[in-house]
Amino acid sequence: MAYNVHDIRKQFPILNQEVHGQPLVYLDNAATAQKPLAVINAISDYYLKYNANVHRGVHTLSQRATDAMESVREEVRVHINATEAAEIIFTRGITDSINTIAYGMSNRIHQGQNVVITAMEHHSNIVPWQMLCERTGAELRHIPMDEHGELVINGLEDIVDHNTAIVAFNHISNTLGTINPVEEILSRSREVGAWTLVDGAQSGPHAQVDVQSWDVDFFTLSSHKMYGPTGLGILYGKRERLEAISPYQGGGEMIATVTLEKSTYAGLPHKFEAGTPHVEGIIGFGAALKFLNEIGIESISAHEQNLLEYATEKCSKIEGFRVIGNAKNKASVLSFVVDGIHSYDLGVLLDQQGIAVRTGQHCTQPIMDAFCIQGTVRASFAMYNTFDEIDSFMSALSRAVTMLR
Amino acid sequence: MATIQEKQQALIQEFELFDEWMDKYNYIIEMGKSLPTLPEDKKNDDLLVPGCQSKVWLHVEKRDNKIVLSADADAIIAKGIVAMLIEVFSDQPAKEVAGAQMKFIEDIGLKDHLSPTRANGLISMVKQIKYYALAFSA
Repeated sequence: MAYNVHDIRKQFPILNQEVHGQPLVYLDNAATAQKPLAVINAISDYYLKYNANVHRGVHTLSQRATDAMESVREEVRVHINATEAAEIIFTRGITDSINTIAYGMSNRIHQGQNVVITAMEHHSNIVPWQMLCERTGAELRHIPMDEHGELVINGLEDIVDHNTAIVAFNHISNTLGTINPVEEILSRSREVGAWTLVDGAQSGPHAQVDVQSWDVDFFTLSSHKMYGPTGLGILYGKRERLEAISPYQGGGEMIATVTLEKSTYAGLPHKFEAGTPHVEGIIGFGAALKFLNEIGIESISAHEQNLLEYATEKCSKIEGFRVIGNAKNKASVLSFVVDGIHSYDLGVLLDQQGIAVRTGQHCTQPIMDAFCIQGTVRASFAMYNTFDEIDSFMSALSRAVTMLR
Repeated sequence: MATIQEKQQALIQEFELFDEWMDKYNYIIEMGKSLPTLPEDKKNDDLLVPGCQSKVWLHVEKRDNKIVLSADADAIIAKGIVAMLIEVFSDQPAKEVAGAQMKFIEDIGLKDHLSPTRANGLISMVKQIKYYALAFSA
């Protein structure tokens, strides 16, 4: 079936509006994607028909809510090809997922060992590891990046060594769009027995991931970047790894027995799901996954790739336009500066013309430092963006640049 | 010498000439471009206005009981906004500045037009100016 962007757009009513008197062109998808009717309807359906707390009640509504939630766990398992549904943990988001692992490893890591990240991580995949290293005396290392925004992996043997406890890195950079060489890094990590975590924040909506073929220990996704509700993350972990670490949040739902002196933890996945889960979010995410898979991640990413190439070529005609991140393998993100013009100024004038982009550092200050820039403008594409929208973006950008020069 | 009130009124009238916000922004940008740049040695971190998304350096001094402002910014729209504040407040008696009603920001619609974070930056600039004015008029 041919990719029909106009049919897809009909599923996203929010796109059909004006901002400052201009048709909205939403190009801030790497920050969050818009939600299709299927997701909005699934959430309201839950509240209209079967809202109840899960896992606790014997009554019918509670059973229905529990079944709905648990069937999403199974759908996520299928989506990333995990071995069993108990390896899928619902978290508050990727930040929460990474903190869960970083905190959980506290007792497994000591001085003399190291943790490896890369030079292009989101703050959420830097700070939890810095905190872990401060607690334990371990060393934090990073895989460097070159001027194109690609990881330099020819020195990997020296960075990932026999003292490496975990290697944690992103699949696709939120700021540069770089698709990282996941399998090379995973393979070196396995050689030395290091644990591995891949941050799939940006890959979720653009790439199909098979955690068993990767043989990765932990993988994490963000619902709201995959057209699902906010406040929900997915943490996949191999059973033996999840069993080896301690939960960092205690409370209801995550225990087997509780006395006033001591509690024992529940089994997977509940051990890591303290408190009432984000039931509406999980149900909405189930609808998002279904929606995504019906259109097909491969068709979506092919469409986005065409948009990215078209936008890059068009914008390059603007004098002083400089792409930040020229990796050979890139997905869906066009980050750029225009020489002599502040990214905030461009952001304001683009917004005036109905164009939503992100400006600033994108929670990746180390990348800005590496490129010696204050910030970038980032246009990021999704399944519903059109070539006409790129044309609008391009002419709005030209107008802004002319005004600001 | 026009009063703070008169200066604000003049700016409000200037903005009324434009129907489109893009043109209003163009006016702000032109004000930013015509504001002299601060020498590099004056752009130190002590002069940075807190809470702005871009860097805004604001220098406030007192000459013959009057407040004299100079400023710079790394983003031109922020510089244009601070240029408007200079137009209204600079060279005015410290006491007047400290007690001035800030009408024009709301009247030209700028406050509603800026995102909350940027509006905070603007409030921060005004606070900074008034804070110095109050100290200088004591």
